[in-house]
Amino acid sequence: MAIIFTLNGKSVSVDVDAQTALLEVLRNDIELNGPKFGCGLAQCGACAVLLDGRSVRSCVLPVSAAAGKSVTTLEGLGNASDPHPLQSAFIEEQALQCGYCTSGIIVTAAALLAKNASPAEEDVKKELSGHLCRCGAQARMIRAVMRAAAQLEGSES
Amino acid sequence: MTVTRREFLQASGVLVVCFALPGCTRETTAGKAGYARLGNRLRINANGTVELMLGKVEFGQGIGTALAQMVAEELDIDFGRVHLSSVDTDRSPDESYTFSSISIQQSGPPTRRAAAQARGLLLTRAAERLDQPVDTLRVVDGEVLTGNVATNLNYWRLIGDEEITIDLTEQVMLKSVSDYSIVGRSLERIDIPGKVFGDASFLQDLRLPNMVHARVVRPAAERASVKTIDTAKIEKLPGVLSVVRDGNFIAVIAEREGQARRAANLLRETISWVLPSDLPDSDKIYQWLRNAESREEPVASRSSESDVGSTTTVKASYQRPFQAHASISPSAAIALYDNGKLTVWSHAQGMYPLRGAIAQVLGMDIENIRCVHCEASGCYGHNGADDAACDAAALAVKFPGRPVRLQWERRDEMTWEPYGSAMHIEISADVDETGTVRAWDYDLWSCPHSSRPRNAEQSGNLIYAQHRAAPAELPPPQSIPQPNGGADRNAVPLYTFDNMDVVKHLVTDRPMRVSALRGLGAYANVFAIESFMDELAARSQEDAIAYRLRHLDDERAIAVLKRLMDVSAWSRRPPAGSGEGWGIGFARFKNRSAWVGVVMRVIVKNGNISLQHASAVCDAGLIINPDGAGAQIEGGIVQSASWTLKEQIRFDNDRKQSVDWVSYPILGFDETPTITVDFMERSNQPSLGIGEAAQGPTAAAIANALYHATGQRQRRLPLSA
Ligand code: FES
Ligand code: FES
Repeated sequence: MAIIFTLNGKSVSVDVDAQTALLEVLRNDIELNGPKFGCGLAQCGACAVLLDGRSVRSCVLPVSAAAGKSVTTLEGLGNASDPHPLQSAFIEEQALQCGYCTSGIIVTAAALLAKNASPAEEDVKKELSGHLCRCGAQARMIRAVMRAAAQLEGSES
Repeated sequence: MTVTRREFLQASGVLVVCFALPGCTRETTAGKAGYARLGNRLRINANGTVELMLGKVEFGQGIGTALAQMVAEELDIDFGRVHLSSVDTDRSPDESYTFSSISIQQSGPPTRRAAAQARGLLLTRAAERLDQPVDTLRVVDGEVLTGNVATNLNYWRLIGDEEITIDLTEQVMLKSVSDYSIVGRSLERIDIPGKVFGDASFLQDLRLPNMVHARVVRPAAERASVKTIDTAKIEKLPGVLSVVRDGNFIAVIAEREGQARRAANLLRETISWVLPSDLPDSDKIYQWLRNAESREEPVASRSSESDVGSTTTVKASYQRPFQAHASISPSAAIALYDNGKLTVWSHAQGMYPLRGAIAQVLGMDIENIRCVHCEASGCYGHNGADDAACDAAALAVKFPGRPVRLQWERRDEMTWEPYGSAMHIEISADVDETGTVRAWDYDLWSCPHSSRPRNAEQSGNLIYAQHRAAPAELPPPQSIPQPNGGADRNAVPLYTFDNMDVVKHLVTDRPMRVSALRGLGAYANVFAIESFMDELAARSQEDAIAYRLRHLDDERAIAVLKRLMDVSAWSRRPPAGSGEGWGIGFARFKNRSAWVGVVMRVIVKNGNISLQHASAVCDAGLIINPDGAGAQIEGGIVQSASWTLKEQIRFDNDRKQSVDWVSYPILGFDETPTITVDFMERSNQPSLGIGEAAQGPTAAAIANALYHATGQRQRRLPLSA
């Protein structure tokens, strides 16, 4: 049975077993690169996407849970010609080493900034504490999120 | 499908070469225009681009960007013109493994020479056409100028539609460092934009037409074997194409990834294993190391005639558990076997060694195998990548005609990657009445620190070679000799002790797979030496840095420590036992690479350790990209802090118990300190590797800070509050 949801602003319909992990559909059927497979156990955050604005782990979420909802991945936040402030800030701070954890972290940070445009550094750390980065780029990523927040605030005032 | 193959290929940018299947046309260069090709290093295209064929692999350490800076510098072109090609055994230079933080040292000089040679050649052409002496010409972004006057010539026109191929020479004039304008600058890394916009950047993003998905079902323990298995039901599951069983090597191939996963999980449930129950307990590992079969190898000794007078002997021992690379992406590989030719896409650290090892294991000719590197997450040494590549290759041969994508699960990575070996270290020092160390005895016990499948003889280290029905013999344990050293890396202190004896006891029994984890033995050795120096300084009631300084005669080491005192505001160190502690750790990596000193500030409160701030000072000679180099040191500090405070592979007699991120936690966002990194200005000195230079000093800095905060000395990793 076809499952219909909104993906990065466009309606998509996929015809797969309803139990298929949303991550598999996004990566293998729709061929998006943003969300990554890191553990498949909801432990690392590499697969995070936004479901109706909330950061969720797409590796353990059946695609049926997205039916009728809106899914946003890294690709949906922005692109090279129209980047999300977080994407620009990650480039400016050179806030990643291998970058495998990056997509999930940017997505979760985007959800945070959407509800709290001027977070304290502690809020950022807390919000990202469910994400793992093995390369040790955390300090730079926190700086990047703070920079994006400052930029968002500047553009609103 | 929302993305066409062509759009996909375009989006993949610098990684395009990954996507070139044998038999497909490569899409790396546009049009038919000419080029000048310098050996297998560099290709200057008449369309204004320059392709750098890497011999080392990128895994986020920024090697590609640093080498591209060197090319742009020597060629006098804009950095943006340089494109990178990943290592591919069909066309790239063979630089073996990317390891030991020596990529800049190894790859830099030939890359620089190739670019300088190209510039020389093109300028000679220009001089002939303009009828001007070469030394009156200058180049700005490929445009040839006489003095400040533009000519109508540039590199691209000088090449035109010719196809020029030149052998590399050793003798070329290089630009002098004082003229550098691109090297030494913090240019943005080439690969970062693609990674923040979701372009295809990783092996995981490589989707080949008609690709199938595979999962392995690993034995319940190392050396466990199948007692009974029932494949019949699994073969009938939807989407399952093949259930592969070759001795204890078991895998499932299916149309869809989820189908392969599910089938592998169900298949696992049908298997009963014969468990050898031959592991020492993780809590008794140090006793085991001390008593296991080992080979004694002298590492260094020094003796002096001078009278040491009356001395006191001080002793301590230090321990480090088995620890994991624990890469964020579990290992994966894609392999295609077609018409007797095998292509393997892998994120391993050496494509040429991998090709040799796979050829040996599968009994194929090297000419029929092509290994192509694609990035995955950071690997930090020899993780599961090579094993996954061999798994995929073996499956592809059994399932020809379609690309087989093998993805390890998190549990596969945690329990089957080769760990960094546990170590036990005993130090004994004779200290005179002034507190000076007059004699130093150092003994370390460790399993080997490399089991890379580096060639045919070592290919037996691959999991598939061990698990298949006719297993290979396990290659004998390897000892890495000084000056680099394996277990004994950095076992020789940089300090000026009159008498010294350093001995390695290489444990030849291997209860579990072990290999190179970032820094190898340096991490534990520096932890031990620098902790002990701190103990000796405290015993002598001296300042920890001053005590080190008076045992040093290496000028650059002294300069690093003095700078560190400044930048860390060492004089403002709080009193001992206050709950806030500042600790120092210092080493020169391998005693021949970069010098790094770290001061870590911690607060211990209510049984919690909170890392506040790390100040690091590094002397790495000429820095190609200061921001990139800083990122490497920062990453090294955080990873080491994670090893030091959190990490230990746990196991009982039967099997490993560290199987995922809950049972093997690592440092989180809410636990990382802020970090500052200062580099010594040494641009007139050769570049030195930094990727592994901060880990040992960080471990000691934390241990010493905890002692300073609480008065409790901890000698066994990981440390606790
Ligand atoms: S892959 Fe989903 S949380 Fe790790
Ligand atoms: S940048 Fe490599 S895991 Fe985070």
